[in-house]
Amino acid sequence: MGAFILRRTGVMILTALCLTLVVFFLTNLFPNLEKLAKTQGNARMSDAEVVSWLDRNGYGGPMLVRYGEWLGVMPGWTREDAETGVITGRCIDFGMDAADAPVRCGLLQGDLGFSTVSDEDVGNVLPRRLMLTLKLMAYAFGLMVPAALLIGVLAGMREGSRLDRTLSTLSIASTATPEYVSGVIFIVLFASTTAGVSGMLTEWGWLGDGGWLGDRRTLFLGSARSAMTDITFWNFTLPVTTIALYGMGYIARMTRASMAEVMTAQYIRTARLKGVSFRNIVLKHALRNALIAPFTVIMLQFPWLLTGVVIVETLFNYNGFGWTMVQAASNNDIELLLACSIVAVFVVLLTQLISDIGYVFLNPRIRIS
Amino acid sequence: MEQLTWSGSFGAFLNPLMLVSVVIFIAGFIANTVLTIAGVRAGELEFSGDGTVSVSRTPLDYALMTMKYAVLLFVLCCLGYIVGGLVLPTTEAKGILGAMALRLLPVWIALITTFALSIYFKRKLGLYGKLFDSPIGMAGFALVMFWVFAAVFSGIFPLVPTHGAIDLISGMRNELPGMAIATPDEGEYPFYLLGGDNLGRDVFSRVFFGAADVLAITPVATLFAFMVGITLGLPAGYFGGTLDTVLTFIANLALAFPVILLFFLLVTPEIVAAGVPQYMSMVLFLFPIIFLVVLFNSRFHTDPTRRNIYVGIAAVVGFWAYFSLISNADDGDLPLIFRIWPEYLDGFDIAGNLLIVFVSVVFVNSPTVFRIVRGITLDVKTRDYVAAAQTRGEGPWYIMLWEILPNARGPLIVDFCLRIGYTTILLGTLGFFGLGVSPESPDWGSTINEGRRLLTIYPHPALPPALALMSLVLGLNLLADGLREESLKD
Repeated sequence: MGAFILRRTGVMILTALCLTLVVFFLTNLFPNLEKLAKTQGNARMSDAEVVSWLDRNGYGGPMLVRYGEWLGVMPGWTREDAETGVITGRCIDFGMDAADAPVRCGLLQGDLGFSTVSDEDVGNVLPRRLMLTLKLMAYAFGLMVPAALLIGVLAGMREGSRLDRTLSTLSIASTATPEYVSGVIFIVLFASTTAGVSGMLTEWGWLGDGGWLGDRRTLFLGSARSAMTDITFWNFTLPVTTIALYGMGYIARMTRASMAEVMTAQYIRTARLKGVSFRNIVLKHALRNALIAPFTVIMLQFPWLLTGVVIVETLFNYNGFGWTMVQAASNNDIELLLACSIVAVFVVLLTQLISDIGYVFLNPRIRIS
Repeated sequence: MEQLTWSGSFGAFLNPLMLVSVVIFIAGFIANTVLTIAGVRAGELEFSGDGTVSVSRTPLDYALMTMKYAVLLFVLCCLGYIVGGLVLPTTEAKGILGAMALRLLPVWIALITTFALSIYFKRKLGLYGKLFDSPIGMAGFALVMFWVFAAVFSGIFPLVPTHGAIDLISGMRNELPGMAIATPDEGEYPFYLLGGDNLGRDVFSRVFFGAADVLAITPVATLFAFMVGITLGLPAGYFGGTLDTVLTFIANLALAFPVILLFFLLVTPEIVAAGVPQYMSMVLFLFPIIFLVVLFNSRFHTDPTRRNIYVGIAAVVGFWAYFSLISNADDGDLPLIFRIWPEYLDGFDIAGNLLIVFVSVVFVNSPTVFRIVRGITLDVKTRDYVAAAQTRGEGPWYIMLWEILPNARGPLIVDFCLRIGYTTILLGTLGFFGLGVSPESPDWGSTINEGRRLLTIYPHPALPPALALMSLVLGLNLLADGLREESLKD
């Protein structure tokens, strides 16, 4: 078991290195750096000036060396100005003496660089944004997983029944509705003052001034901006439901398949012949074995949730991690984007690792020697 | 002219009828749930001794029957709107639904013809015919074919759309559905059936032009992803060893890359300027040619004349298309390698963004296809007929492409349907972030993106493309489900 975990972790680190190298390569292509030079320096720089600006700010060296510096395994660059004699360098912050500065500063030392858009250290920006997204994800998972498991178990316990067919069709429909479609539909239905349910209720006088459902003009709020400081049922329901809905169908279908398979097993037949009631068969005999396969699926949902989070945060204007990534990518904020990709890649790889190890732990039939 | 109503003059009695059917359905559903919880079971067939069969009906059966008839009534009302659209004389009497139904007349005709022919000949049509035994598969097929025909009658023969995709009338900005154009030109359709968007373009027409756009890109992109996945997955599964380890590692690498990040990285102007998507297209588009050449070579290598003809045609056409696709002599910014192909041989140019969108979608899909193909190959290669082919002395590529691949077609066809749906979603995601084909493109993702800004005030521009995308993907998923069910029955 220990060797298995070690090997998986090794592969994971290798994958992470490759992926960060790819991201580093893509974000540090010459056109990106040229744009960076022009936004940081002067928009009307000539080509020669751009090159000298990049050289002065440490973007001149070979790509692999700069990747090493960013990672923190190579010493950060230093450069002595020929005229003034001032020493500047990657690890020398403004106003710091060159002699006190550390030799290496990169990912391994916990230094993620400087975000040009927020005008702040990436190390300050990112945790704040991640916290917000973590909240959103936690709520979405709290809604999605129990609901999906319930639907899957109900559908799978009597395969082919009317309930099964209804629930299966519903889960297919939910996998066919990406976040940007369900989000739009939800906003129109519940968060528009003129259309949908909210519009209708306002017309009936149930919503709005003196309405018994509350003074607000809409059932839910179509923007989650206020949820960043204060989460309420009113402003957080729509984004959470939107994220949960797309993943729900997939997990439910996997649970259904797993449950249906378990229900045809020999030991279930034995239990039935013994005269155990159907309720007890489902709850005590089938359920635990049926939940092994969905565990892997749930863990592997994280990478998909990431895309969902980016869409939902953009749609509902919630400034979390996904929103930050979009901003960083569209504003050429290289170091922030790099840090975001590290987080994204690690989330994906870590969940893969957990799902592999968890599967082995949960399934007594698999033994790794 | 005044604004159209949704249901026109038939609405006077169809609308209440429809409402009644919905109410009955809800009542039936509640009764059904309550009865089930209360422990009432459905009636069963009883065989009496004298050879007759009787059915006992319980309240649950009646509740279910009510629900069934309510659905039937609802469907009849929908048909009523369509028929109303076809028979009523003026657009005002037809209403928005009727007018839309009339514009879609070619689609209805094509759809009915397809279904009539398919059901008539279904016993002769193999797996496709069996699809018509499964109600879910049929519903999915109907949805998919509706959009396919709608795309054909919008993109190739523009019969369905009422206005051009980018024709704007400034007076129609954000106007509500059914609004009449103030001063229509001679021969111009006098209404905006689903209203106007924020620039004053017709939402109805754009949804159908969007269908043509989406359905022109997604099946082809999925096909390319399959060619890449199959060309790499078959040898990985068949040979195993180091090749397998390396390819699997690369596939896992690509799969661990968050899709959304990849899109942002590939589509940003700086990276496009560096030519990264072009280099990727150079690699990815090579695979279909390799696939076809190897396919024909392995089959006909004992018959050199035929082999030379087939392989020659595949190679010449393939490379001509390949170079036409990747090279773009007019674009001076591109690296030299994309400009050396002579102009007179350059059959077509792909607008810059379309190529990038295409490449990113293919790149995201191929690793998954690779994994599926590899898994199936690992399973199929232990079969006896593979061993028989090996004993006959067939080459490995013949066995892979002509023994293993045909026997893996069932799961691959099902996955192909699912994957087109997934590709549609991906394309929509790109459009949603404004990374789509072009800012003016009517594809669904881009239109949703444009409409979402004023969503709470003017919901009508964003809703139709959203529902269109959902129904197409739902149709593809249902179709895949029906196909899977029917292919498992063999």
